[in-house]
Amino acid sequence: MFEAIAFYLFAFLTITMFMITVMTSHALYALTALAAGMIFISAFFFILGADFLGAIQIIVYTGAVMALYAFGMMFFDTTRELKEKQGNKYIIAGLSILAAVLVVVIFAVPMVSENIVALYPAIDGVGNTQNVGLVLFTKYLIPFELAAVMLLVAMISGIVLAGKKMDLSITLMNDAEIEEENNKKVLS
Amino acid sequence: MMEIGLNHYLVLSTILFAIGLVGVMRRKNLLLLFFATEILLNAVNVAFAAISHYYGDLTGQMFAFFVIAIAASEVAVGLGLLIVWYKRHGSIDLDALATMKG
Repeated sequence: MFEAIAFYLFAFLTITMFMITVMTSHALYALTALAAGMIFISAFFFILGADFLGAIQIIVYTGAVMALYAFGMMFFDTTRELKEKQGNKYIIAGLSILAAVLVVVIFAVPMVSENIVALYPAIDGVGNTQNVGLVLFTKYLIPFELAAVMLLVAMISGIVLAGKKMDLSITLMNDAEIEEENNKKVLS
Repeated sequence: MMEIGLNHYLVLSTILFAIGLVGVMRRKNLLLLFFATEILLNAVNVAFAAISHYYGDLTGQMFAFFVIAIAASEVAVGLGLLIVWYKRHGSIDLDALATMKG
């Protein structure tokens, strides 16, 4: 009963927020609606018993990703009104719904066609976080390490792309060169 | 009606995915195009978590974690590239990006 009420309430709120994100012409409204939608998505994870995933959703998406986007919005002057592509609306909506149904069929067909046996069943008596830890650090250890390397690559590339003067090494220059570099007008 | 099953979550995931696809197709500003891709990734995450719950298998949650990690690194690299592009051209519209069009 309460699960149904919570599901429908959060489904309505999430769909509304994401519609605002997609349809509005103000970038600030889109950003705040997207942040709200992310928090409402985490409610589904809590309903489904995936507590750790819900907490990670709030921390990573509304904490880190939204902060990055807010930084990007301050950098790019997106306060003016946005122009949009004016294509045929019916074609766009039809293609979108077709593709979304295709994705769900891809998910659903393996479940319908065979009886699924849980590969890594949840252990009773321990919490969700402990279960996640048990599976993540035994069966999925190598993807976990690869994800760590991936995040390191992303961090380095973000610093190199967004940082200034990354082609200079202060430790390899003598004092005169550093002084000259400081006096030079910064181009970008 | 009152019993929430796997199909409810899959239908919700479909609706969110369709909203994200509409955003990808109609947005011209690259920053807002990134917002639409975040919606797509979140829709898939909901489907993963629901399947994981209804089959008592933790694999779905694991893949949701990896999707979140990849989304975070995608945002970092994508925003870095957008900053470089903005410094060079002064706009992040998709039309300005179409210079390689034959």
